[in-house]
Amino acid sequence: MNKLMRNWPVIALGVLLAAGLVAPLATGASPAGFYVEVLLGGLMTGVLYSLVALGFVLIFKASGVFNFAQGAMVLFAALAVARMAEVMPWWLAALLAIGIMVVLAWVIERVVLRPLVNQEAIALLMATLGVTYFLDGFGQTVWGSDIYEINLGIAKEPVMVLDGIFQGGILVNKEDVVAAVAAAALVAALALFFQKTPTGRALRAVADDHQAAQSIGIPLNRIWVIVWSVAGVVALVAGVIWGSKLGVQFSISQVALKALPVVILGGFTSVPGAIIGGLIIGVGEKMAEVFLGPVLVKAFDLAGGGIENWFAYMLALLFLLVRPEGLFGEKHIDRV
Amino acid sequence: MQHARKIGEPILSVEGVSLSFGGVRALQEVSFDVREHEIRAIIGPNGAGKSSMLNVINGVYHPQEGKITYAGKVRQHVDPHEAAARGIARTFQSLALFKGMSVLDNIMTGRNLKMRSNLLFQALRLGPALKEEIEHRAAVERIIDFLEIQPYRKTPVGRLPYGLQKRVDLARALALEPRVLLLDEPMAGMNLEEKQDMCRFILDVNDQFGTTIVLIEHDMGVVMDISDRVVVLDYGRKIADGTPDEVRNNQAVIDAYLGVAH
Repeated sequence: MNKLMRNWPVIALGVLLAAGLVAPLATGASPAGFYVEVLLGGLMTGVLYSLVALGFVLIFKASGVFNFAQGAMVLFAALAVARMAEVMPWWLAALLAIGIMVVLAWVIERVVLRPLVNQEAIALLMATLGVTYFLDGFGQTVWGSDIYEINLGIAKEPVMVLDGIFQGGILVNKEDVVAAVAAAALVAALALFFQKTPTGRALRAVADDHQAAQSIGIPLNRIWVIVWSVAGVVALVAGVIWGSKLGVQFSISQVALKALPVVILGGFTSVPGAIIGGLIIGVGEKMAEVFLGPVLVKAFDLAGGGIENWFAYMLALLFLLVRPEGLFGEKHIDRV
Repeated sequence: MQHARKIGEPILSVEGVSLSFGGVRALQEVSFDVREHEIRAIIGPNGAGKSSMLNVINGVYHPQEGKITYAGKVRQHVDPHEAAARGIARTFQSLALFKGMSVLDNIMTGRNLKMRSNLLFQALRLGPALKEEIEHRAAVERIIDFLEIQPYRKTPVGRLPYGLQKRVDLARALALEPRVLLLDEPMAGMNLEEKQDMCRFILDVNDQFGTTIVLIEHDMGVVMDISDRVVVLDYGRKIADGTPDEVRNNQAVIDAYLGVAH
């Protein structure tokens, strides 16, 4: 009861979000089939946000570094795959690109992280900003700066499903379904890796306590290379999915900015938080754009929509006010 | 208390070690040695440099001056994970356990160094990796039995009471099968019963595994009963070194602990 009293702002926010979620259906503003379509579209985008956010969280947990370069890594990996896929099958290009991301992780550990060990968090953040611009530029130098496409060989035409249940059926993109399944499989594989293998255990140990992990013989440097490699692979998957949907272009690196509200929502130190946060934001902004937008436009005589662009940030701001550690993050209690 | 063990040659010796942080001189020309299989205590009032000394041995701090010889070799720059790989394990004064992980996982991390199978085999849980995991699990079970923490295997460490957390910390260090075990105030913050338990475990470890133990304590009482030899530090300098009885009657030590009338 006490807990309930203390958490009322979070609960109120949750109730509000849930109400917003069911309102279009409950008020009959939207046909069920269309509603489900919007919901699925939101989940799909959400999965991508989750993947990018996951990269943030992994690195933050293991090294305490807020890796601003996560978005640039997504772009870099996507560019690598897209360009190499022009001369070889895409899966081979993806495998090679994984190798490139591992090398990149190793270089970043050597050149950026190791010399800055024990420096202030702000110094490391600035360093990752540097990495961001380097990767953005270097990626374009090596791979070019046009819009490239990644063709995974999956049909892009939407398929009509469930037309027995919903009037008019639901349009589903086969590629989206494959992408969502791949992303889910990746997350599950990572979870198993972290929970069940000795290396995963070592990673969790480092995330919990650097000093103690070192004292039992876990080399921090090696762990950092592994974590940045994993973050690189996650970025690659996000980049390939995004790239095959919208084409590989510079704007992909902006996706990372959407992952910021996601990690604030889910908590900087929580892997499940990143996933659930991504889904909440993906669905939330789609719903807001499609259903809340027209209502607002009508009520206040506005010019147009665009809610999708700021909804995530507003939600993150609200969360910062009522629950700064995020949904699943660790509460920090500092002794002053 | 007599144990059936033989104290051997010095395994670790510290000669003329000085360590300073900016203008603060934490250690000044400290020298002492630790013999194999003995229980060696480092005591001293607050701020005497005990923890700094332990951190030097463990490789967390690197002294500006002095020489450290370990297992017959003069040691160069060593990081904590390298010290661990060479058989120096430690526990922490302010608990540094992996709070989100279960007791079992915490102790298993101590076996990480001994695991040889590569990442791919681990990920797929193939032959050698699986066999290895089972072997290490058995070793960890023996430690769990030894420290009497069987009922808490699956409990997240953060939920255990303080005294038990201290025991898990010790278990994790033991999982490394160290030659030298560094204990940073193992009895701090414990009640009498917990202190007695901890003393018993320390003596048993020393007795059964032959582990050399270096322990730091603030409180003189308990340490005097279980240590073979005691070093006393005060303001970063060594002021006494010898058997508990010698140290107890040393005027400099009495002054350091009780203060001197000026």
